[in-house]
Amino acid sequence: MAYISEKRELTPEIKQLVLSAPEIAQKVKPGQFVIVRCGEKGERIPLTVVEQDEEKGTLSIILQEVGNSTKKLGSLEKGEEITDIAGPLGNPSEVTNFGTVVCIGGGVGTAMVYPVAKALKNAGNRLVSIIGAKNRQLLILEEQMRKISDRLLVTTDDGSYGTHGFVTDALEKLMADGLNIDRVVAVGPVAMMSAVCRITEKQDIQTIVSLNPIMVDGTGMCGACRVTVAGETKFACIDGPEFDGHQVDFEELLRRQRMYLQEEKIALEKENSDK
Amino acid sequence: MTKDSGIPAAREPMPKQDSKLRVKNFDEVALGYSAQQAVKEASRCLQCKKPFCISGCPVNVDIPGFIKLITEGEFEKAFYKIRETNGLPAICGRVCPQESQCEKLCVPGKRKKPVAIGRLERFVADYVLKKGTIKVDKVAESNGQRVAVVGSGPAGLTTAWDLAKMGYKVTIFEGFHKPGGVLVYGIPEFRLPKAIVQQEIDSISRLGIQMKTNMVIGKVYTVDELLQNGFNAVFIGSGAGLPRFMHIPGENLNGVYSANEYLTRTNLMRAYLFPEYDTPIKSGRRVAVIGGGNVAMDSARTALRLGAEKVFNIYRRSRTEMPARAEEIENAQEEDVEFIFLSTPVRIIGDEEGWVKAIECVQMELGKPDKSGRRRPLPLLRSEHTLEVDTVIVAIGTDVNPIIPSTTPDLNRNQRGYIIASEATGQTSKQGVFAGGDIVTGSATVISAMGAGRKAALAIHKYLSDQRRKRR
Repeated sequence: MAYISEKRELTPEIKQLVLSAPEIAQKVKPGQFVIVRCGEKGERIPLTVVEQDEEKGTLSIILQEVGNSTKKLGSLEKGEEITDIAGPLGNPSEVTNFGTVVCIGGGVGTAMVYPVAKALKNAGNRLVSIIGAKNRQLLILEEQMRKISDRLLVTTDDGSYGTHGFVTDALEKLMADGLNIDRVVAVGPVAMMSAVCRITEKQDIQTIVSLNPIMVDGTGMCGACRVTVAGETKFACIDGPEFDGHQVDFEELLRRQRMYLQEEKIALEKENSDK
Repeated sequence: MTKDSGIPAAREPMPKQDSKLRVKNFDEVALGYSAQQAVKEASRCLQCKKPFCISGCPVNVDIPGFIKLITEGEFEKAFYKIRETNGLPAICGRVCPQESQCEKLCVPGKRKKPVAIGRLERFVADYVLKKGTIKVDKVAESNGQRVAVVGSGPAGLTTAWDLAKMGYKVTIFEGFHKPGGVLVYGIPEFRLPKAIVQQEIDSISRLGIQMKTNMVIGKVYTVDELLQNGFNAVFIGSGAGLPRFMHIPGENLNGVYSANEYLTRTNLMRAYLFPEYDTPIKSGRRVAVIGGGNVAMDSARTALRLGAEKVFNIYRRSRTEMPARAEEIENAQEEDVEFIFLSTPVRIIGDEEGWVKAIECVQMELGKPDKSGRRRPLPLLRSEHTLEVDTVIVAIGTDVNPIIPSTTPDLNRNQRGYIIASEATGQTSKQGVFAGGDIVTGSATVISAMGAGRKAALAIHKYLSDQRRKRR
């Protein structure tokens, strides 16, 4: 059980929950995730840990309501409990002074890139960040990202805020302006991460992506999260979730993420008819 | 006249759900003996002076003892006779491979059918479980020492149960949200009802054992941290837990599952009750299950129950070499699983959208015996053929899960990565750390894991008693 001590609505569909999980809060490092489950009939959902407070014994997660399970999680209020939480899972992000690092967050991916960006900044890197969303309403963690970044670029697909365009446009501009980049960390939709990698590949800039395939146990036991990296099958839960983006088979990842689209629809329809 | 001439040659048949009906539900297939049947079968036991059957049991159940009590109608006493050495009789009565253990050594079994020891064990266990709860075992006075048990499968449960009875304060750390390990995520409901697993786990937990779920050891605490945080010894019974794949083209297509994933979704997450339960599964219309063990049989039979029209079991050797229990192979055959022997997949073929549409196999022939003593399968040239399927389940065994070994560097491992532990004691290369079950042996049986747990509990008791003596 994990008690919800705080809830923030970042957008109508993106919620931040602060959970009491003292043992995990002591241990979790940037880039790691937890698996949560709501109710006895609930599904196991992997979510990146955004922040933790070791003293209070809390950690915070950010989720976007897309399917039935994330909607249930998002509907929980402060003072309620999450049935299960396990973690920290996955490997921590590699944090050291690389020089100049560009951290890119797309949509809810900004929540996942934020802890890594913060750690990289603390490790002495010069941090340039790019965050983007479909529109102004869907943009999250702008203030937090601005606070830790030496420079922050914001893009929206519809131009309702920041620069009109994609995060990749901003990245290309940075490169065209001659910024010397030592490392890129990109987290967001598969199409975005794949596009970032295609750009950085040209200049051979090391690019790290954090993958979010479907998982069940999150401990290497089931292999649902297998991804192809450098032609080899890896389990995102124990070998990742971060990988060298230039080696990732994004097409396969996208296809595997869509495996249960039909079932997600059925679950949502059932939930709506139950209401 | 021989000793066994007076007893019926055949054993009492196990009543089962009709094969046509049972593939449409997840209820238990074997229905269990009636009291009358149990007494009749029990009377086939010769009450040998030298009961070889006991030596065939990894936890040395007093088999003639409990069977005699059945003949006397003392079913409850028979149960507690078993329970003297086995904490999980309802589970063992169902899933132990008795034919290669106790029943293999049964004296009348030499000329006739062996006494149905497993079925009798199950009968008395169900008899007591149906009546309500199991009496709490006697516990020695607390000695104040604490033991951490990693994993709540058969090995961990047995170690914890034994140590709790000896007066230790035991905490079990389970990675999943529910205790039971393979008993809840792996073995299907129709072979081992989860309510029964829960009842037996509860009966063990009542000895003051603390059960901590959602605790992935190696992540939330390392083994060293457990030892630093006040545990005097650690038992690792975390299971093998890393599915093996075939490393053939197409293995990451949509519709390819490891057996672990397919069974975990179905059993632990109850995907067969989707959308009442949130976890989905692709049931598959035409399903190919690869492998010849019990897990392959469980997967094939699960696929049928999820609604598959046709299930193939593809195995690279012949029926003789299949490691699955004869009983499970028979059940699968009765349920119309189609067996394709001497065949190995070479690639999985996908459609334009990346879903499985067929599997290509080659024909094998058996050559000379390999290290396992089984004849080695060799591919026949130009024997490729394809089978139209939409789901593939890979059930070819497991490798070592790296989470504990990689965070416990001074734990010696063998070439295959398994933890090296003494067979007699479970002692590892690390002081105060013991291990048993699949993490030591690789995929094996519930009862062999329990046997290892039992030995480790005794060794831990000896290790900690010595420590207490030294301190005095």
